[in-house]
Amino acid sequence: MKGIGWLAVVPFVGMFAGPVLHNSVTPFVLGMPFILAWIVLWVLISSAVMALIYWLDPDSGGAES
Amino acid sequence: MIALVLIGLSALLALGIGIKARSGHEMGLEQWTVGGRGFGAALVFLLLAGEIYTTFTFLGASGYAYGLGAPAYYILAYGTLAYVISYFMLPAVWAYARRHSLVSQPDFFARKYDSPVLGVLVALVGVVALVPYLVLQFTGLGVIVQAASYGAIPKGVAVVIGAVVVTLYVVISGIRGSAWTSIIKDAAIILVVLFLGIYLPLHYEGGIGAMFAAVDTAKPGFLAFAATGKSVSWFVSTVMLTALGFFMWPHSFGACYSAKTAGVFRKNAIVLPLYQLVLLFVFFVGFTAALVVPGLKGAATNMALLKITVAAFPPWVVGIVGATGVLTALVPGSLILMCAATLFARNFVAVIRPLSDEQTVKLAKMLVPVVAVIGAYFAIAGSDTIVALLLMGYSFVTQLFPSLICSLLGRNPVTKAGAFAGIVAGVGVVIYFTMSAETLAKLAPGWPEWLRDLNVGTVALLVNVAVMAGVSAVTARGRVEVKAIP
Repeated sequence: MKGIGWLAVVPFVGMFAGPVLHNSVTPFVLGMPFILAWIVLWVLISSAVMALIYWLDPDSGGAES
Repeated sequence: MIALVLIGLSALLALGIGIKARSGHEMGLEQWTVGGRGFGAALVFLLLAGEIYTTFTFLGASGYAYGLGAPAYYILAYGTLAYVISYFMLPAVWAYARRHSLVSQPDFFARKYDSPVLGVLVALVGVVALVPYLVLQFTGLGVIVQAASYGAIPKGVAVVIGAVVVTLYVVISGIRGSAWTSIIKDAAIILVVLFLGIYLPLHYEGGIGAMFAAVDTAKPGFLAFAATGKSVSWFVSTVMLTALGFFMWPHSFGACYSAKTAGVFRKNAIVLPLYQLVLLFVFFVGFTAALVVPGLKGAATNMALLKITVAAFPPWVVGIVGATGVLTALVPGSLILMCAATLFARNFVAVIRPLSDEQTVKLAKMLVPVVAVIGAYFAIAGSDTIVALLLMGYSFVTQLFPSLICSLLGRNPVTKAGAFAGIVAGVGVVIYFTMSAETLAKLAPGWPEWLRDLNVGTVALLVNVAVMAGVSAVTARGRVEVKAIP
């Protein structure tokens, strides 16, 4: 895995951090229980991280054509 | 009656598309199973996304939210992490499969480790893991037909009807039919789930926020993880197990061969996490059902989504929801059936007795009804929730991950003996826990809570890795010595 690939660790750490550190129903966020909202947030962040990796990854453009 | 008619029409429509997709394509082995490797981004996206929206999501996720609450959240988390892994893993798998004209997952292991015996083992694990996955699709079909007939058709008959439709569909169309039906299926399920997920909480509780507040009042703690059992530790280990195993399913692994370029997978890794956010609305349905139609227990929780639909809407809406449900079982069900039959024909029978491609396709097509009967039997006899069935399959199939990922490294530290021993050890642990109904909590009452709550699949995975590393170290040393002597 090239340097930029290590960014892929971020979604794993983020996804698990919420439930591990704050396993609680409250505070409700946008009407959702805290953990559910946390996971939704990290789905969005993960997608953004993958877009960033795609953008920075020299391989991704080459394989495209 | 109207509900059943709509469901029947959707099945006929899917069959029609399957026949149409088939015309103009010679159905050789590659054509039947990997679509001749000519699928662009859109179709591969749909084949892989087809894995997100199955009966598992539609009925399983809503039922799990209904019955257990917070543990259902894992379903939203694991796909995302699986796509992160896929960004790096699938392009390498795809390129190797293409270079060597591979058709199935066992081919990949057999070629990488230069060991036909390992290929046979991988095929065996794949078929064993696919059985609960197939059973859950049939269970879902049975639940739908049962609910749409308002109980007039009993479970057993409903499952048999579902199994016959899936079998016909596979024999007629192969993978092309699946890809095209996927388009209709995904459009239908997104519309239905968004509608139900927004309308039902609004109608019954006045909104999504109000619904969650009501659930929290009625069942305190239901929306967070429990302190024991399905705890945070269960969540983390289950998400890891299923994220690693996501692309180890023989049919998903095989579906990725059908891509035209490797870039498809990298783009998918960005888009697919967003695509599965629709799951959120499935949860909303499940949690609303927990308030409105309480009382379902165990396997009956599979009915939660349909039960609240029946309670809230006239029969024609039930018909539309049911028809969508049929499609969500038909597409993955057909892929699974086709895959299990092809694995058996190519990677068992053809290893023992060489067959031509035509003979293999013929044998695979003959095996399809056999596998369907096995699946239908377990669907009728069993009493598991849909999610429990899938997790059982995952415990098996994830055992393939360690030796696969090592084989993609520049210099593979794992030997064929190591890979073989690791998979056997991991699967052995899973079989032990499944057969004996043991849990870590019972087996080791003195251990700390977080260790006892680990998903047993992850425990098997650790055993697998340890054995794989140990045997590889021993056999690799042997190999070096042999080289060093002369």
